Amino acid sequence: MSTHTPTYVPKSAAAKWLESRLPIIGLVHSSFVAYPVPRNLNYMWTFGAILTMLLVIQIVTGIVLAMHYTPHADMAFASVEHIMRDVNYGWLMRYLHANGASFFFAAVYIHIFRGLYYGSYKAPREVLWILGVIILLLMMATAFMGYVLPWGQMSFWAATVITNLFSVIPVVGETVVTFLWGGYSVGNPTLNRFFSLHYLLPFMIFGVVMLHVWALHVPGNNNPTGIPIKSDKDAVPFHPYMTVKDSFSAVLFFIVLAWFVFYLPNYLGHADNYVPANPSVTPAHIVPEWYFLPYYAILRAIPNALLGVIAMFASIAILAFLPWLDTSRVRSGVYRPMYKVFFWVFVAVCIGLGYLGAMPAEGGYVVAAQILTFAYFAHFLIVLPLLGIFETPKPLPNSIAESVLGKDAGKGGAGTPAGAASKAQAE
Amino acid sequence: MAETTTTAEPTRRDFLFIATGAVGAIGVGALAWPFVSQMAPDAATVAAGAPVELDLSPIVEGQIVKLFWRGKLIFVRHRTADEIAAARDVTLASLPDPEADEDRVVAGKDEWLIIYGNCTHLGCVPLDFQGAYRGWFCPCHGSVFDTSGRIRSGPAPINLPVPPYTFVEDTRIVIGEG
Ligand code: HEM
Ligand code: FES
Repeated sequence: MSTHTPTYVPKSAAAKWLESRLPIIGLVHSSFVAYPVPRNLNYMWTFGAILTMLLVIQIVTGIVLAMHYTPHADMAFASVEHIMRDVNYGWLMRYLHANGASFFFAAVYIHIFRGLYYGSYKAPREVLWILGVIILLLMMATAFMGYVLPWGQMSFWAATVITNLFSVIPVVGETVVTFLWGGYSVGNPTLNRFFSLHYLLPFMIFGVVMLHVWALHVPGNNNPTGIPIKSDKDAVPFHPYMTVKDSFSAVLFFIVLAWFVFYLPNYLGHADNYVPANPSVTPAHIVPEWYFLPYYAILRAIPNALLGVIAMFASIAILAFLPWLDTSRVRSGVYRPMYKVFFWVFVAVCIGLGYLGAMPAEGGYVVAAQILTFAYFAHFLIVLPLLGIFETPKPLPNSIAESVLGKDAGKGGAGTPAGAASKAQAE
Repeated sequence: MAETTTTAEPTRRDFLFIATGAVGAIGVGALAWPFVSQMAPDAATVAAGAPVELDLSPIVEGQIVKLFWRGKLIFVRHRTADEIAAARDVTLASLPDPEADEDRVVAGKDEWLIIYGNCTHLGCVPLDFQGAYRGWFCPCHGSVFDTSGRIRSGPAPINLPVPPYTFVEDTRIVIGEG
């Protein structure tokens, strides 16, 4: 946003009038029309746009749900059933919202692993990356509090277990938990404040997303080669090249979401949440939503309650330090033969932790979770710092255009989309 | 450096600046407290936490009865002679949270175990008569409690606590006083 000279020239009198008072059309134009993107972006780069659309879907369906929902311990469960049975298309709104939350996490995890693989967290994109970690934390808080709102058995016991995590804080833990509950146990005051915050946090996410995009548009997009745009030939303008690619990818993504909403609406949920909250009975097997399972496995892997909670929060916080833990000067995993292997090991570790989070915490499962928890932290604290020293990277191409078109790219012409590179501006 | 020139003497603007800042800081501080305090249990919740009375006579030997006090689950267990013996036949030092069974019940009322019913790990409700010691077993993360409600294995750090209570009659207790 800030570093590009706007190429937008208002034509109509009305646009000229507005632009001289609030140059907003020019801002949108330079950010989402003329904005130059590397010509080699693959489909992994379309998830940012998908995430933005998902946030809008969650906010719109959420506002509609809030018009029919009653945030009271005695009425919340019935009001969600009322949404499902009586409100016109209420079932659609709720299933979109509930499955939308799951797909939100699926998309954000793909988005994060994309960043890990291509080294998008490295200088000069550290702030961009840290803003992303903040968005992840806000999403987790939002989804957790949303899950409490239907006030089913899983809602109630998720609220109990998660709020009790804070009781392990030395000295003040019990007081903190009482203040979170607004009572001596999870109850109506808890439900009320969670509803208030569940409404607020998505708008805070929206604000941080704006900062995230701003921080993106200063250095520009990373790309599969990891090397920056050097000339016009390396870039294409956002519109129409990215707009069509993002839209195409989004349509495919939303077809899958629609398939879940219409044919498997409860597949990702838990049947026990259709049983009203009962403070005197815990369901035999409580598990969080799938997107929290790896963290849950880490929590349970550590026998000491305080250390378990610390490890769980550290597993996310450590992401914020990644730009400084990875010592390699090569950005993209494409040119890092050893990192590539460790990357896929790390993916397997995360999936393994997710699997263990869903299993009962006994016997061999606990030992396996301890091994994978160690592997998770070792990736950040041992592997990444050392790889930069011991790994011999493959030679980098001279430019993005060369990586796409081969060595003769320098001669120009062939294969360059007409009018694309010429319109785009390099930094 | 220690010597300042007369031109740097405090002016009326400096005074206003410091005075305004001080009053503002006190104001913000004073306002912050109500915003924190409103999170605490409100007067109605506190009032609902008054002591509750329970008649023990209908509870037969071997039975567990559950009730709520201050929104918290409480187990009342009428223990059999075997269960009491099992709870006392243990080397205290071997327990994660050493506490004698005698200290967890009222003397002469050894058959009555009255404890909080939420697991001291993360608050789930343990299942009655389950686990290796036939006390309770927590389904959430596998804590095992004995017939005195003491933690024997698993992540729960401490025993299920004993709430304040007193015997007002031979078979009648008041929970919340004592
Ligand atoms: C980041 C965006 C959001 C996420 C990830 C999210 C997530 C969730 C989740 C997981 C549930 C539980 C679904 C269920 O099992 O029924 C839920 C429920 C709910 N959410 Fe959201 N939400 C978001 C935004 C919003 C917004 C902006 C509002 C209101 C303005 C809202 C209002 C509600 C209401 C009223 C419910 C209860 C009804 C129900 O359970 O379906 N949500 N949310
Ligand atoms: S809540 Fe009982 S073992 Fe975790």
